[in-house]
Amino acid sequence: MTPEADGANVLSVRGLSVRFRMRDRAYVRAVTDVSFDLAAGECLALVGESGCGKSVLASALLGLLPGNASVAGSALLGGEGLDLLAADERVLAREVRGRRVGLVPQSPAAHLTPVRTVRSQLAEVVRELTEAPGEGAVAAAAERAAFPLDHLDRYPHELSGGLAQRAATALALVGDAPLLLADEPTTGLDRDLVERTVDELRRHTGDHRALLLITHDLAAAERIADRVAVMYAGRVVEIADASAFFGAPGPRHPYARGLLDALPEREFTPIPGMPPELGALPDGCAFAARCGRVSEACRVLPEFVAGVACHHVGHMDEAEVARA
Amino acid sequence: MLELRSVTAGYDRRAPVVRGVSLTVSAGEAVGLQGPSGCGKSTLARVAALLHRPDSGEVVIDGEPARGWRHRAPRSQRTAFGVVFQQPRLSADPRLRLADLIAEPLRATGQTADGVRELAETVGLGADLLARRPHEVSDGQLQRACLARALALRPRWLVCDEMTAMLDASTTAALVGVVETYRRESGAGLLAVGHDRVLLERWCDRTVGWAELASV
Repeated sequence: MTPEADGANVLSVRGLSVRFRMRDRAYVRAVTDVSFDLAAGECLALVGESGCGKSVLASALLGLLPGNASVAGSALLGGEGLDLLAADERVLAREVRGRRVGLVPQSPAAHLTPVRTVRSQLAEVVRELTEAPGEGAVAAAAERAAFPLDHLDRYPHELSGGLAQRAATALALVGDAPLLLADEPTTGLDRDLVERTVDELRRHTGDHRALLLITHDLAAAERIADRVAVMYAGRVVEIADASAFFGAPGPRHPYARGLLDALPEREFTPIPGMPPELGALPDGCAFAARCGRVSEACRVLPEFVAGVACHHVGHMDEAEVARA
Repeated sequence: MLELRSVTAGYDRRAPVVRGVSLTVSAGEAVGLQGPSGCGKSTLARVAALLHRPDSGEVVIDGEPARGWRHRAPRSQRTAFGVVFQQPRLSADPRLRLADLIAEPLRATGQTADGVRELAETVGLGADLLARRPHEVSDGQLQRACLARALALRPRWLVCDEMTAMLDASTTAALVGVVETYRRESGAGLLAVGHDRVLLERWCDRTVGWAELASV
């Protein structure tokens, strides 16, 4: 889980924690001690229930957290290792957002400026981020995201959900950023559009970029991810290869298994109960209250070892080793 | 039986999104209506729940033709339906605590709000969440409250329009479980509208594609 920072990594996150200061000196621990690496050409899907801290993590990487947030850890970007968490707003605004990290937003209709046409917004971004002059560059930018050229003079409200998504993707791609960050890019889209949108994101990732796909849509994650990180109550509880996670041998953490079993194409049974409040997390394993395998050991916070944070998975492995 | 008879409906009389569609849900039956975004399935669901007046056609509820739409619908017909929408944020008054949100249909029909706690329990909401307002809970928790509100008057018909599109897999399975438990107890019928065929086929007795429906 914590290999030495590698030159090939587009992003190396270590011990990232975010907490929000509330009234009465209370804290909400939205993200706790998250570490992962993302290599060029790779897509990592970050999955979990709503409210588990996924989007806060994305905001932290872009320096877009509100004033009452405090951040710990590091998030090194690219070769020379700019720390996204330590960079000041000036650096983030002038060098990072759009240029080194492209954001594909959750709700493209709200992300686009409503009073300007797609052409005018693309032209502005092309002008600010690239050397390429004029109309040709705007058309090329639109075409990269398969946005139809005859729709360039439309306003955002005149676009369907799918086309608005492509317009937002086109904007995110202009700066040729090595890291693409997609925060729930498919919410509210139907299955065909979901598949088209994530396939396009995967295509744009190519060999040179890395894609961090934040989603609660497990089918979308299965479709394009190389690796899957499962987040629960602010912590990453499992990181696995997507093929092993969705296929055999399947997820290892009981929460991840429960999440997959809830799918209508599988057992369609919910995980009992609801996630804990991030303002009142238990000392031990945060999933213990909902877990069928809970035991005395779960009073202690499980360490993240070999891709999973669960006492029982470790025990099971030992038992298997003994049998073998 | 809930019957939609050659319903034509939309937002511009010259270009209706629903054209001459008929659909029948038998008593106690669960019917899934599946189609892509923008096909008109939500409009049809709104017509079925008496929330949108069709340009032409008829809605017949248990043998009795609908006599009005929205607030003009007679109370006995209006309260026969429980409706859950896609976006809980847009269907919850941000000023109301969840307890009051769930109690609204009871109060609107002159009943006491005694049953709120029990309703909240059936959808898996703890008592501590009932004092909160929508901005203080997650999408999943708010949708649970919206489902509790839809069940408050014990409707004979449930209309769920993309009820789970915003939700994660576990919350989806939990809410579908709540709907099915209610239907087993009450014998209520269901029209579930969505784009996810796998989900609808797992959930409903039968699933109709929008394309088959429109071509009949």
